[in-house]
Amino acid sequence: MSTAKSTPSAAASDAAIETRGLRKSYGALEAVRGVDLRVAPGETFALLGPNGAGKTTIVEILEGHRVRSAGEASVLGHDPAAGERAFKERIGIVLQSAGVDPFLSVEETLNLFRGYYPRPLPLDDLLDAVGLRGKRRERVRRLSGGQQRRLDVAIGLAGDPELLFLDEPTTGFDPSARREAWEMVEGLKERGKTILLTTHYMEEAERLADRVAIMARGRVVAEGAPSELTQRQASTIVRFRLADGAPAPPGGLTAPLEGEGGGHTLTTTEPTRDLNLLTAWAVEQSIELEGLSVSRPSLEEVFIGLMGESDAEGAES
Amino acid sequence: MRGLALALRQVRYENAAFWRNPVSAFFTMAFPLMFLVIFNLLFGSSELDVEGGTVSVSTFYVPSITVLGVIGACYTNIAIGVCFSRDGGLLKRVRGTPLPGWALLFGKVGHAVLLALLLVAIILAAGVLFYGVDVPSNTLPAFLVTLAVGAAAFCALGLAITAVIPNADASPAVVNASILPLLFISDVFIPLRDAPAWLTTFADVFPVSHFAGAMHSAFNPFETGSGFELFDLAALAAWGVAGLLLAARFFRWEPRA
Repeated sequence: MSTAKSTPSAAASDAAIETRGLRKSYGALEAVRGVDLRVAPGETFALLGPNGAGKTTIVEILEGHRVRSAGEASVLGHDPAAGERAFKERIGIVLQSAGVDPFLSVEETLNLFRGYYPRPLPLDDLLDAVGLRGKRRERVRRLSGGQQRRLDVAIGLAGDPELLFLDEPTTGFDPSARREAWEMVEGLKERGKTILLTTHYMEEAERLADRVAIMARGRVVAEGAPSELTQRQASTIVRFRLADGAPAPPGGLTAPLEGEGGGHTLTTTEPTRDLNLLTAWAVEQSIELEGLSVSRPSLEEVFIGLMGESDAEGAES
Repeated sequence: MRGLALALRQVRYENAAFWRNPVSAFFTMAFPLMFLVIFNLLFGSSELDVEGGTVSVSTFYVPSITVLGVIGACYTNIAIGVCFSRDGGLLKRVRGTPLPGWALLFGKVGHAVLLALLLVAIILAAGVLFYGVDVPSNTLPAFLVTLAVGAAAFCALGLAITAVIPNADASPAVVNASILPLLFISDVFIPLRDAPAWLTTFADVFPVSHFAGAMHSAFNPFETGSGFELFDLAALAAWGVAGLLLAARFFRWEPRA
């Protein structure tokens, strides 16, 4: 869980990334259908969603790799579609997959890319940031998959960018490699970098991001801090069981009580009031609400709920 | 100025990477030489009519294989190399950095030209040492200009053809299919003394026969003038310019989706 949160400033021009009504279509297919985003400097922002939701298309528009079909986009005050050199000097890009010459060494590769920027990070800093110090003279083709991915990140950092794009940085990683990658990204956050990352792992967004935009079918369906998203989503879930022969639960709850005898579930937006009513009733009846639990939906439950709504919407249209 | 410095730096890195793969480097160097040896073994005893007299077959094959070497290093090598870099995402990655796109391609072209020069030097050395074939001093300027125009034109065409190659796996097939037939009908692999007129006319539409024509003139021992084949050079240059324009318009930095 991330604890440090930067507060977006009021003035629009201060945003690291800002889009309004961003759209991208490929022929008849609309990959991005009107997206508004605002990422503050120093913030780590995650685009979360299933494959095909439009995450990569958005990131590639913001990187300057794609030209938007409609809408506005401003990245560090530049129009990314203009492809200006001054813009490219300030950003770092880690694509989902991108090659480097397999016959160059780690050190040579990083020096090659460092040479493209006016104020590159020192080589040793780069190697340390991604934990490749011990591999500096190794040929790229002899690196493991995880090490090559770390080299990708180091290349993205070569120019000491203000803004770093990470497109699915841990897809295909095993759990321990993923944890290492997360620690690496947390290190970058501490250096004050603004980070835009895409992921389809809930856990990743929850751990790394200050704010998350959940995407489905080219739209943002929810946005906020991970904790806000879980709070905003409907409700609190109250669960309990009643012993055999207990009287029927009371009426007057703010939401319908689901389930019978064995296990009851109440999904409520007014948990305090409903709990008060339930517990007062139980005390009066001298019975126990067995296995009573009060919980928030996880980001995963929020996500699945939103995907369900979006699917229903998609089926209607 | 900074762009140019970066472009020259790209050549250095391309070059370093090339020599790190010694097997590939060795066969790239040895390939044209193999053709020179084989053709001389097969046809070495015969003689050929050229403008002004008769020459040994070696005097035909040294310039022919020079043409082959330049086309291999420039056209074939650039086209296949760019396709692999494009499929591997290297081109896209570099496009996201401040390095200008032209500087990246300059690195590939510059490296290809260096390779071509090295190959030509090897072929010339073999010509002098083993076959008694040399560039006459009066045609040396024509030889150098032909070399420069041919290398430039085939670099441009190598970049241009990548636009129609769907993916790296298809690149050797497409590149060979586009160049091998021309090498056979353009006075490079086989001296076309008895070929039907329509075939040579057809071949003259394409750049290889003009490159070969200009190069053969530069090696002709009976040539008393400067040996410049202006029409051939103009045709070759026109193909080069066309290649450059097509590349500028249709070059793709990313694999086809």
